[in-house]
Amino acid sequence: MNPTDAVINALNVALKGAELSRRGFLRVAAGGGVVLASIGVRAQPDDETLLVSSELNAFIQVSPEGKITIYSANPEMGQGVKTTLPMVIAEELGARWEDVMVLQAPTDESRFGSQRAGGSTTVPRTWDQMRRMGASAREMFISAGALVMELPREELKTRASKVTHTSGRSMTFGQLASLAAKQEVPDEETLQFKSREEYTIIGTSVSGVDNLVISTGAALFGIDTRVPGMLYAAYQKCPAIGGVVKRANLEEIKGLPGIVDAFVVRGNGNPRELLDGVAVVGRNTHAVFSAKARLKIDWDTSNASADSWTGLVAEATQLHGRRGKIQVADKGDVSAEFANPDNTVVDAFYEFPFVAHLCMEPMNCTAHYRQGEGFFDPDTLEIWAPTQGGGRVFRIAKSMFGLDQDQVTVHQPRLGGSFGRRVYFEFLAESIEISKRMQAPVKLTWTREDDIRHDFFRTGGFQSVKGALNRSGNLVAFEDHFMSMAKDGRAVSGSRFSASQFPMLNVDNAYASKTMFDIDIPCGPWRAPGSNTTAFVVQSFLDEMAHAAGRDYLEFLLEIMGEPRWFEPGNIRSLNTGRASAVIRLAAEQAGWGRALPPGRGLGLAFCFSHAAHIAEVAEVSVDANQKLTVHEVTVAVDVGPIINMSGALSQVEGAVIDGLSTMMGQKITFENGQVQQSNFHDYPVLRIEDAPRVSTHFIQSDFAPTGLGEPALPPLAPAVGNAIFAATGRRIRKMPLTEVGYTI
Amino acid sequence: MAKYALVINGQRTELDVEPNMPLLWALRDELGLIGTKYGCGIGQCGACTVHLDGVATRSCSLPVSAVGDQVVTTIEGLAEGTQLHPLQEQWIAQDVAQCGYCQTGQIMSAAALLAVNVAPTDEDINVAMAGNYCRCGTYNRIRSAIHGAAQEMVS
Repeated sequence: MNPTDAVINALNVALKGAELSRRGFLRVAAGGGVVLASIGVRAQPDDETLLVSSELNAFIQVSPEGKITIYSANPEMGQGVKTTLPMVIAEELGARWEDVMVLQAPTDESRFGSQRAGGSTTVPRTWDQMRRMGASAREMFISAGALVMELPREELKTRASKVTHTSGRSMTFGQLASLAAKQEVPDEETLQFKSREEYTIIGTSVSGVDNLVISTGAALFGIDTRVPGMLYAAYQKCPAIGGVVKRANLEEIKGLPGIVDAFVVRGNGNPRELLDGVAVVGRNTHAVFSAKARLKIDWDTSNASADSWTGLVAEATQLHGRRGKIQVADKGDVSAEFANPDNTVVDAFYEFPFVAHLCMEPMNCTAHYRQGEGFFDPDTLEIWAPTQGGGRVFRIAKSMFGLDQDQVTVHQPRLGGSFGRRVYFEFLAESIEISKRMQAPVKLTWTREDDIRHDFFRTGGFQSVKGALNRSGNLVAFEDHFMSMAKDGRAVSGSRFSASQFPMLNVDNAYASKTMFDIDIPCGPWRAPGSNTTAFVVQSFLDEMAHAAGRDYLEFLLEIMGEPRWFEPGNIRSLNTGRASAVIRLAAEQAGWGRALPPGRGLGLAFCFSHAAHIAEVAEVSVDANQKLTVHEVTVAVDVGPIINMSGALSQVEGAVIDGLSTMMGQKITFENGQVQQSNFHDYPVLRIEDAPRVSTHFIQSDFAPTGLGEPALPPLAPAVGNAIFAATGRRIRKMPLTEVGYTI
Repeated sequence: MAKYALVINGQRTELDVEPNMPLLWALRDELGLIGTKYGCGIGQCGACTVHLDGVATRSCSLPVSAVGDQVVTTIEGLAEGTQLHPLQEQWIAQDVAQCGYCQTGQIMSAAALLAVNVAPTDEDINVAMAGNYCRCGTYNRIRSAIHGAAQEMVS
């Protein structure tokens, strides 16, 4: 047994012997007297508990001792859903959170519904489903309680893991579990949800359910998977995306210490599925990484990417001030406003780079493809898949390997970061292919260099923007030429640009057009796709306009936002200017907007509507004579509806702000001849602890249904900091990262 | 291959590995001590931090042959029985982790700091933790949890 597993087992034993103290904390009866439950430590459900538990529905099992196991069905990647979603179930159930243990659900979408995660959609997509699961089981407990206590069910309710009667009589969930599980499942339409005033769990701060395991280092992540008989693999693909193997020094590699095999894998040319490469298989990771470094591969790059970032910059720069061929929006008459001699016209060109995901856990996957012996013994695949894709894993098993769902078992490990990276499956396909070839379980681990060079990048791009102010300093026209990337004519993730982009719905005269550069460098979603770059451009440019008008940006932005209205009522993806103005005002107020600051210090404001969230941020920065930047504090105002886990929500905002600063400060992926030029942390820096700003977060817990918070606090950060730099120095930031324009941190 | 006898988490542990195998992979692949993480392989990110005679060390860049008789402590050896290290308690109480991947390395760097400095200042924390990256951006809670653990250890 792994020593950490031993620690956790001991803690579990201790927690099982726990008793409720007078102060309401679970005290550990044996094991040092630490009040573990008060710091959020909880037992993990074991097989024994599950064996005696009764299943209320797919998500909820309750043991006779009253242990409530709740399955969390969606991938956890740091966004907190493994804690958040069970909190919603527990709330409606009427459970006491201390009685709840959370297990990652098996991957089975016929039982759990969609199990993917991404786009900050998990909370809005599952909010009603989780409430239904909890409420449905609650009604079954009440039915069971009514039977046993011989009381009318209308007089019963659930609270603190008990069914209680107005008279004070009560029975525990544990006592009622087996009978409750046999009660009729209520009609969904009849279910009543709690009102916000009745919440005892939702809205509180709950420590993440995996925190004990995380802080003691027990197995949890995909890369930690260990299977009997497992081999280790590394995979080398062509540095120029899409190159194919001509020949490689396989015999030499096979002779290296610890190496079991080395072979060429033929890909299908699709970076999302399987690209050509050389697999190196051995007895441990060190052996395969060392051997991989000694590979000599002749690549045929005749069909490989020849993309060049410097080429793209040159092309885009030429297009500044012109319109793109693809029209996106045309509203009112921008030309008349730009031609009006009474108006002030401002234009600017903005640039932002490609960036990598840089998940702290590099891509990896463990697969066991077992060849069967015929009709009665079909091939099987067992896979430990660190993916955001949930049930989509079955689809590639079918499309690429011809396996039906009943031949495939998918385990969902915790993800060591994802940020949109693990929506693609190529590292899964690589591990399956290598395992199939080896007839053994194989753990494929990418080196950090593989991870950066073979990412699906956040696309870089350019925007040429133009605005007109009338004599009163009102924004009367806005024009945007959006230049970004496409693959085979289709806009890549983050390159979509629509007519509803702020502020085009808000102004009378707006024109937008697009130019798409076709590239082969793979691109994909990256924390708040689209918003994370467009907010930088638009919010920086509107601040430029405010300055050109001699006006304060807070007042200017609120004027553009206009009267409170919801452009498409009922559509959470549509801007609500009332919610927007409220967060803008709150952030400004909390940050002390307008206060006097010493020279070299400034405040910058930015707003973004992203992933159904309305968020405003104010950054306070100072810049010294050597252009060394200090971000002192970022004040954030958020409206994502009611907060489910306050601790998790604060974490997401704080993390997004720091991640946003890290990205805008020094991160940039470049490529020439289709080859990515960065490879590891030395040339792709991450913000360090000393440079992390204070973050103060304020929630407007409006009555709208809750929406996700994994992404949307990131986009306003860059323009808030850029605008603050302008306030401090008079120098405008129109290009990221900041190290490219002379700043250090 | 060569044989080594290392002291890891208080136990004498036999290893028969390539001399240049980084301690990281010996721990993870040979001994199943997977709490020590791979992040970069070049000693830049801190995910692989362990203690060597109490000093925070990047195990990805340290060959097994260089360990000698220095005592190795990994995250698995930080708790004493079921008694968590105050840092581990604070990491849970303050809900520090987001994805959680870098956190064992963060805790090990922090533990090496607290072992020699019972009341670290923010500046002390900046210096001791400078080699540990967190892409999720949990730095402020890391700092707060270190201060919390320091107070707990003094009282």
